[in-house]
Amino acid sequence: MNATGTRPHGILAEFDTTAGILDAAIRCRDAGYTKWDVYTPFPIHGMDDAMGVKKSMVGWFTFVGGVTGFTTGMTMIWFMNKFDYGLVVGGKPLFTPLFAFPVSYELTILLGAFATLFGMLFLNGLPRLHNPLLANARFKRASDDRFFICIESEDPKYSEEATRAFLSERCHANAVEIVEA
Amino acid sequence: MATAASTTAHGHGHGTGQDIHHAPPVIADPPKELEREPLVLNNRSLGWITDAIAGICEKPMPKWWWPAFILSAGGMSMMFALVAYLISTGVGVWGLNQPADWAWDITNFVFWIGIGHAGTLISAVLFLLRQKWRTSINRAAEAMTLFAVACAGIFPVVHTGRVWYALYPGFLFPVPNANAIWPQFRSPLLWDVFAVSTYGTVSLLFWYVGLIPDLATLRDRAKTTLRKFCYGLFALGWTNSNRHWSNYEKAYLIFAGLSTPLVLSVHSIVSFDFAVSQVPGWHTTIFPPYFVAGAIFSGFGMVLTLLIPMRALFGLHDIITTRHIELMCKVLLATGSIVGYAYGMEFFIAWYGGSPYELYAFKNRAFGPYWWSYWWMISCNVISPHFFWFKKLRTSAVFVWIVSIFVNIGMWFERFVIIVTSLHRDYLPSSWGYFTPSWVDVFTFAGSFGLFMTLFLLFIRFLPAIAISEVKGVTPQADPHHPLGGAKGHH
Repeated sequence: MNATGTRPHGILAEFDTTAGILDAAIRCRDAGYTKWDVYTPFPIHGMDDAMGVKKSMVGWFTFVGGVTGFTTGMTMIWFMNKFDYGLVVGGKPLFTPLFAFPVSYELTILLGAFATLFGMLFLNGLPRLHNPLLANARFKRASDDRFFICIESEDPKYSEEATRAFLSERCHANAVEIVEA
Repeated sequence: MATAASTTAHGHGHGTGQDIHHAPPVIADPPKELEREPLVLNNRSLGWITDAIAGICEKPMPKWWWPAFILSAGGMSMMFALVAYLISTGVGVWGLNQPADWAWDITNFVFWIGIGHAGTLISAVLFLLRQKWRTSINRAAEAMTLFAVACAGIFPVVHTGRVWYALYPGFLFPVPNANAIWPQFRSPLLWDVFAVSTYGTVSLLFWYVGLIPDLATLRDRAKTTLRKFCYGLFALGWTNSNRHWSNYEKAYLIFAGLSTPLVLSVHSIVSFDFAVSQVPGWHTTIFPPYFVAGAIFSGFGMVLTLLIPMRALFGLHDIITTRHIELMCKVLLATGSIVGYAYGMEFFIAWYGGSPYELYAFKNRAFGPYWWSYWWMISCNVISPHFFWFKKLRTSAVFVWIVSIFVNIGMWFERFVIIVTSLHRDYLPSSWGYFTPSWVDVFTFAGSFGLFMTLFLLFIRFLPAIAISEVKGVTPQADPHHPLGGAKGHH
C-alpha cells in the first residue's frame, strides 16, 4: 500500500546494456519470481532461456489455420464445380485435386497468416486498452534505448523492501522505482 | 492515470560490475580481410537510431515533399478520371482490339505485381536466409510491395469492361452468377485472382506485424493527443515485453515461412495466365521460374529507384549504407542473368521444339514489326545488370540509380513483348494486326505511377520508413556477448 491507498502495479528497474539485463533476468528467474517480465526495445538473443520462457505456441494456430484453408479450398471447388453445378469445360474433369491445388495452396497461406497474427495477439493478450506501465514516464524509453525489468506486486514473492533491494543490489539496476497501478 | 512513482534513481552499478561495463574492449581485432563492414555506420547508438528514423515522420516534411506530393496526387487523379472514362464509355477507349485483346492493361498488371516481389523477397526470403542487411530496407520495400499490388489490382479489374460484373455478383469472387453457375476453377485466371488477393493481404499483415513495435515507439514519443491516439491505437498496447517478443518472433518467423512459398507461387500463377494457354510464345514450361526471377529483378530495380533518393534526401547514409546498395546490385546481377538465360533458352526451345508456329512467334518478336520493343528489353535487362560485375560501378549511387531506371523500363517492355508480340500474329495471317496504344492507355499507365508515389510519400510522412527495432537488433550493442552490449572484457 502507498500514500494513496492503492496497491502498486510493481517495481520497475532500469538497465542500460543488454548484458546487464540478461544477467538480471537470470537472477530474477533463479530468485523464483513468477509474475515479472523484461522489456526491451528489440528482442535479445538468449532472453527466453534467461527468463525461463517456454517455446511459443503460435505455430499451432498457424497449423490449424493452414489446414482449414487447404480444406476450405478443396471442398469449395469440389462443391462449386462438381457437386452443385457440374459444367464440362474443355472436356476437363469436373473435379481433380490438381486444378484445385493452386487456389487451395493460396488459401492455406491466407488463413495460416491470419491465424498467425491473431494467434500471436491472443497469446500476448493484445490489443490491450490500458497498461499501468505505459503511464510511467521512465518506461517510455523501453521502446527507445533502455532495458527494464518489472516485478509485479501480484508475485507471491513480492515485497516492496526486499524486491527493491534485490533489483538494485543483486541485479545492479541503474534505477529502481515503483509503478503505480 | 498513474504518474511516475516516488522513488529516486539508484546509485547502484558503480561497483565492480558497472566499471567493467565501461571498460574498453580488450579482444584483439580480427584480421582485416575477415572484417565485415558494419550494418550501421559510425557506431551509432540505439537512441540515435530511434531519433534518426522516427524523427522523419515527426518533423515537418522537407520542402520538396509538397511539390512531389501534389505532382503524384495529380497523376493519381488523372488515372482515376481515366478509369471513370473507361468504365462509363467502354474498353474501346483503349487501343486494344482483335487480335491483341490484351495489351497495356495486362502488361501494366504484370509489371506492377512483379515490382511487388522484391518487398516480400527482402522481408521473407532474406529473413529465412539470415541476411541481416535486410533490416535497413525491408520496411520501405514491403510498403512498396503493397502500393505496387494496389496499382496492379486496378488493371485486371477495369480491363473486364463491365466492371460491376467482375465485382458483383462477381466472376472474380466465388459466388454464383444469375444462372446459378459458379466460377470455374480450371481457369488459371481464377487462380490468379486468389494468388494476387492472398499476396496483397498477407503482405499487408506481414508489414503490419513488423510495424507494431515501431508504432509503439512513435506512440511513446508522440507529443500531441492525436498522434498519441492514432499511433497508440495501431500499436495495440505493445509494451516490448519479452514474453510478447517471444510469441512475436515466432509469428514473424512463421510469416516469413508462409510468405516465401507465397511469393514464389504468385508470379508462377501469373505466368500460368499465359503458359496454360495454347498461344505460341506463351505456351512454354519455362515461364514460372523465368517470371519469378524477372519479378525479383524488377522489384529490386524499383527498390533502388526509391531508396537511393530517399537515403540522400533524409541523410540516412549510416543506416542504408553503400554495402546495402552493393548487395542489392548483386541481386540484380544474379536475377538479371537468370532472365537473360531465359530469353536465350526460349529461343533455343522454339527452334529445338520443332513447332513452326512457336519458332515464328520468336522470330517475329526479334525481327517483326515490334522489333524495337524486343531490343529495348534486351538492352535494359540483359546488358545493363552486367555493369554490376564492377565494384566501382556498384558503389556509385548515381550510376546504380540510373541503371535501376533502365531495369524498370526493360521489365515493362518484357511484359509488353510477351503479351503483344505473341498475340498480334497468331496462326492465320488473315487475322494478323498491329496494336497501337490510345492516349487513354498511355495516361492511365502514367497515372498509376502517381498512385504509387502518392502512397509512398504518405508512407514516408506518417510511418517509420525503416524498421527501427530490427535495425537496433543487428547493432553490436544489441548483442549481450559483445563488448558494446556490455559484455565483460573477453569473449
